[in-house]
Amino acid sequence: MDGRIHSVTLDKERCTGCSNCLMRCPTEAIRVRRGRAHIIDERCIDCGECIRVCSNHAKIALTEPLSSVFAYRHRIALPAPALYGQYRNLPSISLVIEGLIRLGFSDVVEVALGADIVTRAIKEKLKEKGLPKPMISSACPTITRLIQLRFPDLIEHIIDVRQPMEVAASLARKQYAQKHSVSEDEIGIFFISPCAAKATAIHNPLGHSLSQVNGIIAIRDIYGPLLQAMDGLKVGEKETRATRYGIGWAKSGGEAKAVGSIKRLAVDGMEDVISVLEEIENGRLRDIEFFEGAACRGGCVGGPLTFENKFIARNTVKCLGEKLPVTHPDEVIHLEQLPPIPLHFEEDLKPNDSLKLHPSISGAIERMERMQEILSILPGYDCGSCGSPTCRSFAEDIVRGYCTQNDCIFLLRDRLKVMAQEMIDISQTKREHSNDN
Amino acid sequence: MIQAKYTVVRGDYARAGEASADIKRTLKQLGVDSSTLRRIAVASYESELNMVIHSLGGTLTLVIDNDRVKLTSNDLGPGIFDVNEAMQEGYSTADDIARNYGFGAGMGLPNMRRNADKFAIYSMVPDGTTIEMEFNIG
Repeated sequence: MDGRIHSVTLDKERCTGCSNCLMRCPTEAIRVRRGRAHIIDERCIDCGECIRVCSNHAKIALTEPLSSVFAYRHRIALPAPALYGQYRNLPSISLVIEGLIRLGFSDVVEVALGADIVTRAIKEKLKEKGLPKPMISSACPTITRLIQLRFPDLIEHIIDVRQPMEVAASLARKQYAQKHSVSEDEIGIFFISPCAAKATAIHNPLGHSLSQVNGIIAIRDIYGPLLQAMDGLKVGEKETRATRYGIGWAKSGGEAKAVGSIKRLAVDGMEDVISVLEEIENGRLRDIEFFEGAACRGGCVGGPLTFENKFIARNTVKCLGEKLPVTHPDEVIHLEQLPPIPLHFEEDLKPNDSLKLHPSISGAIERMERMQEILSILPGYDCGSCGSPTCRSFAEDIVRGYCTQNDCIFLLRDRLKVMAQEMIDISQTKREHSNDN
Repeated sequence: MIQAKYTVVRGDYARAGEASADIKRTLKQLGVDSSTLRRIAVASYESELNMVIHSLGGTLTLVIDNDRVKLTSNDLGPGIFDVNEAMQEGYSTADDIARNYGFGAGMGLPNMRRNADKFAIYSMVPDGTTIEMEFNIG
């Protein structure tokens, strides 16, 4: 993982160079230069915060259009459980499944089923002795990337189980190929996603090299067509194969609930997740066994590519789950009976070094000394006018050679004042000379 | 050499942890390795919180050069009557308010000593306590 690929991009035409995204980016990955926002690729963790706050809709997620699925002879839809929350008063998940078939998918495999399998794998993992505490869920790719970037010392806490999306995709490909006697590479698998982070996760998977998912379709983009496709459908036979627990993964706390009775903590929203990760780093949460962090408020139902209000979506998902029997994945998923699909990481997660000032400590110390000098003359307003989010990051950008002190309008103003005074002085000097003569 | 000095105010739980958060951020930008960073994080947080909870307030000073990080906490009192006793695991004088916040397990000083490569503590009643910790980096 080199962290250089991400799925949030900028529509240059629409960007007005305002500071909304600049100030909200949790990894300080945005700069405004020459009147346009720029994303520092290696720092972007695809949280989607800038997509949410951009009033000009200039920040876009790189996802595929629905038509792209027809490039494959066999097409499998993997709906995220958050999709179910988009349709108010949805009587049954079967409508979504059949609606997706009507849209042209050959089959549907729910990511909630993948979540049931992952729940089992996590529970097995947590039985191991000598694990650091708390173990941290790897389900939200943004949180995993946040840890790689800002909390590299917590990488060893991350549970090495793949995301439900990947597990569902592996299972879907194997089972479909067997059932229909087709080659696995004729099958296109499309994840219907609430977020941009999942799009990055297929191009640049976390903990393994190749993704089983061929494309990402934003929930927002499929919302309308699916609504039409569901029109007139009656509650049918294609009922969900997932448990209420797997479906509950769409909401913050759903994963922790599925993982069970151990001491656990679920937190949603970037700021709060960051503050809890700080606590873990300080050794203050050693009594917790399992930590679930979701970048989006409300969990996946609050994803930047969703349509419905997150609180309503959350409630819809909750109601759909409550209609299902109280069956836990423990009772229905037996890991040893699954087809041979990979459930765990095959490579270690690596730290993302892009916040380091210099490859060597001595070089970094030198740069930080200069940063501190510069910082001492900056006004400390964190106004963003220079195009960097804070005075501290501005000082860093100067030291890295990306801008100069004159980009600070307050320093510039002071300098102009001095220059103006000098000009007055010069002009007066001349007059005195002429008087003397 | 990098230097930073943080003022720690007695009983100020609202700001408790900000100094150690800033220290961590600095160390991460410098590229201090993960396991050392973790040790410094625990030790700096414990010393900052110790000052908030037990002392009359004081300062936390960070000095970084090419091969070590030096962290010094210097408080204004009341001093520790029996330093050896205070260094025992489980020994605590924290009041109920602090315990409510989840502190006062009596692990603060032992944790600092365990995590630092060099550790020294000097205390005088009622003048205050100085703790010097060093961590090897690079």
